[in-house]
Amino acid sequence: MTCTTETLVAAVRGLAGVVAEHRTELIDLDRAIGDADHGENLNRGFTAVLSALDSSTPDSPSAMLKLVATTLISKVGGASGPLLGTAFLRAATATAGQSELDGAAVAAALKAALDGVVARGKAEVGDKTMVDVLAPAVQAATEAAGESVAAVLAAAASAAEQGAESTIPLVARKGRASYLGERSAGHLDPGARSTALLLRSLANSAGAR
Amino acid sequence: MKKIINDPSAVVAEALRGMALAHPELIRVRPDPAVVVRADAPVAGKVALVSGGGSGHEPLHGGFVGRGMLDAACPGAVFTSPTPDQISAAVEQVHGGAGVLLIVKNYTGDVLNFETGAELAAAEGVDVRTVVIDDDVAVKDSLYTAGRRGVAGTMLLEKIVGAAAERGTDLDGCEELARRVVANLRSLGLALTACTVPHAGEPSFTLAEDEFELGVGIHGEPGRQRLPMEPADQLVARLLGPVLEDLPFAEGDRVLLLTNGMGGTPLVELYLAHGIAEKLLADKGIVVERRLVGSYVTSLEMQGMSLTLLKLDEELTELWDEPVNTAALRWGI
Repeated sequence: MTCTTETLVAAVRGLAGVVAEHRTELIDLDRAIGDADHGENLNRGFTAVLSALDSSTPDSPSAMLKLVATTLISKVGGASGPLLGTAFLRAATATAGQSELDGAAVAAALKAALDGVVARGKAEVGDKTMVDVLAPAVQAATEAAGESVAAVLAAAASAAEQGAESTIPLVARKGRASYLGERSAGHLDPGARSTALLLRSLANSAGAR
Repeated sequence: MKKIINDPSAVVAEALRGMALAHPELIRVRPDPAVVVRADAPVAGKVALVSGGGSGHEPLHGGFVGRGMLDAACPGAVFTSPTPDQISAAVEQVHGGAGVLLIVKNYTGDVLNFETGAELAAAEGVDVRTVVIDDDVAVKDSLYTAGRRGVAGTMLLEKIVGAAAERGTDLDGCEELARRVVANLRSLGLALTACTVPHAGEPSFTLAEDEFELGVGIHGEPGRQRLPMEPADQLVARLLGPVLEDLPFAEGDRVLLLTNGMGGTPLVELYLAHGIAEKLLADKGIVVERRLVGSYVTSLEMQGMSLTLLKLDEELTELWDEPVNTAALRWGI
């Protein structure tokens, strides 16, 4: 099973639904070690993505990813806007010219997204950020790259969820939680949580077909 | 949560509408993307100063737009940095042909968004420079954090560099001056209560009646240390000590002292604290050459305060004294 423009549009609508559903949870996580805006900012961004989809119809998977990227960059603000926006932008570039994505293309797009986030935010694994989720997800996706899109995303989502859990004991070294020093330990990182939620949502959309 | 608001997601837009009506002679507000610009912008031949950041710190930054200070401010959502399109729109509207200096508080989101905004503006051929402010001594500046935060000292930099730009200092000169201010600027804050972000609906943290938070930021983010409540003499000493040690400030130095309220602390307490700070500085032989007391860089309704010291030289003192005409700071006009 491959991913077409149509299925990707549906998956993106699914992302918006998941973000709206978890808005309060993400705000609460962010309140503990940040500034209580993560759920609100992502929800504002993905709501804008839905509005953008009402007025334009992407003609390729790459165009869909790019629409998400530019909308998040211009509507979200904070660190998550440019970082998630960059992730989608790099994924758009990695998939340019392809009308359908197979498992290998999805794995490559995830790898490009990770590289973009690392280049932009300069975080490493262990810093208690979304990189702790994306890095293992990319590794799992790469290992599953010969399989279907659904299998690649399912592997990525499971690794992502473990990655998110792994941030709980960590002391933050990047982002606003780093100001807390040792007091950031014992909390799930909100950016890690939202990244894992997004990957699980993509996997669910792919698996449902 | 009890606030004078309608829809939590419309707070910034509605506040900007009111601000534009309150200060028609000083500013114009462009709604989408949201930018506050000087009424007479662009000023031909003058270096333009653009700052911005999350809303909720009023009067920072919009209250400092006007002659002798900022040319534009980009207000983000509450406690959320503005987006790149706001920043590039601000640059476009105030660029007077002499270049633009972006004044950015050191937070991950602000730095990322201003970087992208600067790229967009540079692609339009505008000479854009960026100065990042990191005056908060509460955060250890190491490889293991996002670095020190930009806090109340930001407004002192905006005033001083704004005066230089108004005098006709070129972009290189303004940039170098800004870096000099950053190098001589240190702050530390404390909170007695948390604040409630409108869309979150609950306080960002809770402090017991007998506790305070030392080293608090300006976003309702918890500080580094929670301590039992103390009398003002001790609280002020706890703020001043790390600030003095950090630069370090020494006997004979001339300084500007900003005693800043976090939004919910009355002026009577700020004056009380200011008096203690001046006394402590006098005891150490540090000369308070200029001072400012009030709530200028706030954290919504948080009760608390910060102290900022800027080491002055003759040029910085002169620039501080230059006329300024903004909603929140006005003299010499």
